[in-house]
Amino acid sequence: MEVNKERVEEILEQYDFRQDALVPILMDTQNLCDDHYVEEETQRYIARRLNLTYVDIYEVSSFFSAINKAPKGKYHIQLCDSSVCRINKKDIIEEYLEDVLGIRVGETTADKMFTLEHTPCFGACDISPAIRINKKVYGHLTIQKVKQLLAELRGAKDE
Amino acid sequence: MNKTRRLISEYFDKYTVTEIDKYIDLGGFSGLKKALKEGPDFVIDSIQKAELRGRGGAAFPCFKKWTSAKNRPEPVKYVLVNADEGEPGTFKDRDLLAKDPYRIIEGLIIAGYTTGAKEGYIYIREEYDDIRRQMNEAIALAKSRNFLGNNILGTDFSFSIKAYTGAGAYVCGENTALIESMHGNVGRPRVKTPRVGERGLFDKPTMVNNVETYACVAAIMNHGWEAYANQGLNGHKGTKMISLCGNIMRPGVYEVPFGITVKEIIEEIGGGTRDLSLGKFIQSGGASCALIPYTHFDTPYTYDDFKKKGFDIGSGSIVVANGNVRVVDYLSSVSGFFEHESCGKCTPCREGTKRMHEIIDDLCLNRASDQQVNRLFEIADSMMDSSLCGLGQTAPTATLSAFKHFKEEIMESVTK
Repeated sequence: MEVNKERVEEILEQYDFRQDALVPILMDTQNLCDDHYVEEETQRYIARRLNLTYVDIYEVSSFFSAINKAPKGKYHIQLCDSSVCRINKKDIIEEYLEDVLGIRVGETTADKMFTLEHTPCFGACDISPAIRINKKVYGHLTIQKVKQLLAELRGAKDE
Repeated sequence: MNKTRRLISEYFDKYTVTEIDKYIDLGGFSGLKKALKEGPDFVIDSIQKAELRGRGGAAFPCFKKWTSAKNRPEPVKYVLVNADEGEPGTFKDRDLLAKDPYRIIEGLIIAGYTTGAKEGYIYIREEYDDIRRQMNEAIALAKSRNFLGNNILGTDFSFSIKAYTGAGAYVCGENTALIESMHGNVGRPRVKTPRVGERGLFDKPTMVNNVETYACVAAIMNHGWEAYANQGLNGHKGTKMISLCGNIMRPGVYEVPFGITVKEIIEEIGGGTRDLSLGKFIQSGGASCALIPYTHFDTPYTYDDFKKKGFDIGSGSIVVANGNVRVVDYLSSVSGFFEHESCGKCTPCREGTKRMHEIIDDLCLNRASDQQVNRLFEIADSMMDSSLCGLGQTAPTATLSAFKHFKEEIMESVTK
């Protein structure tokens, strides 16, 4: 989404408009977005303020996994598909999530509530199979637990 | 008998980040005080006698790296903690940072003092964002007690630390890529002359070590090198933090003595596999390392014994697979990981990781041909010979080791 210029200025100031702080600047700006995505206009604004070109920004943002390339649902679900979670049967969790959300991995629900994606290992192998929802880690997953988790997130929507 | 050790991990769960006094009461920062009193040469002498090796995976003797950093003539140099832990199956740095943040800070200050650096950086992977926040809190508290800042503990040594965030790129664990990303650039490795030890962060000499290495140095300075060395079994020195996971009853981070066998780690520390079988294979050291079949589970966990057999201690991860795991399925996740994480700069790695993954996925579906298998070996050869950095050079290791130890099973997946 487009971010309020004053908020972007605050972030830029916090990093003294340093070009080498581009990655954290983009990440902090992304954290302000409900859809976890800094859209082009804001990226161009950041480029101008840092004396960079839009291509410079694009190169960096397209390289790093943590900087999103497209808008995500309100809840960004990242399912680990590395070796350990595969051994611990993440496929069962994946099938259930696809089924219950009615989307495939890589897609967002029509109501923009959930995006389901694969992600490489995020270091929660001791509680595998694990997912991250908006960066918070949930582990020891069972279908029951995922069901409960989704119900809680959906409930939060109604508040 | 409990086979684990508590030296590097001695303060785990004994204090929280706000309780710096508790850390001090437990004996924290006494390693730093000893270093400040005895001087840089004493530090280097201690880690040499402890035979400490770098814990990032390459196992380079620490005293050599620290000595050359110390001998750099430039007035400005940096010390850096590589906390971009990203090997699938590895999470011991997560616990070291989260459960004992002050020990990492202490190790880094000792490194600054020893090498003559006035600034230290901690590069923490994006996935550990909470830990980075906590680390900032710890840095502020350490500064308020004059363990950081100007004239530390009344000496003329001044030092500061900044925590820096990664952005979800495994390749940034490679030192040159890590530093590129800290410059605000795309995190792609560069050709390694000059090395980062000569020209690294902001073009200054930069000594980079893994999180655990700094924790080890702080422990060695605190208790003396003998105390550390004596923790090992059968003449091997010291301990190693391992991340035990996969099909295992008690997954987690453990500190084990060098010299313990793989079997003891699986059965006595990990409680055995979940189906109570022996286990079929483990992958030790990370995705870039060899598979160890159950027939070699009696191998002692030491750098030398592992190296002799083509295995790796690497990052200290141990992923256990039981009999239900098909080798080709496991290789698919490993090769898929490398395809995802290849930075795309050099052709052998960018194309090789992709094609290897394709062929292995065909094997998973029982539709790969003999020709494809031969092609797999050709691709692996070119990747190892001509990739720019360690990622591409070691990406085929697991697959090649699997063909060595489980050829019969894999060939069952080849169409006749």
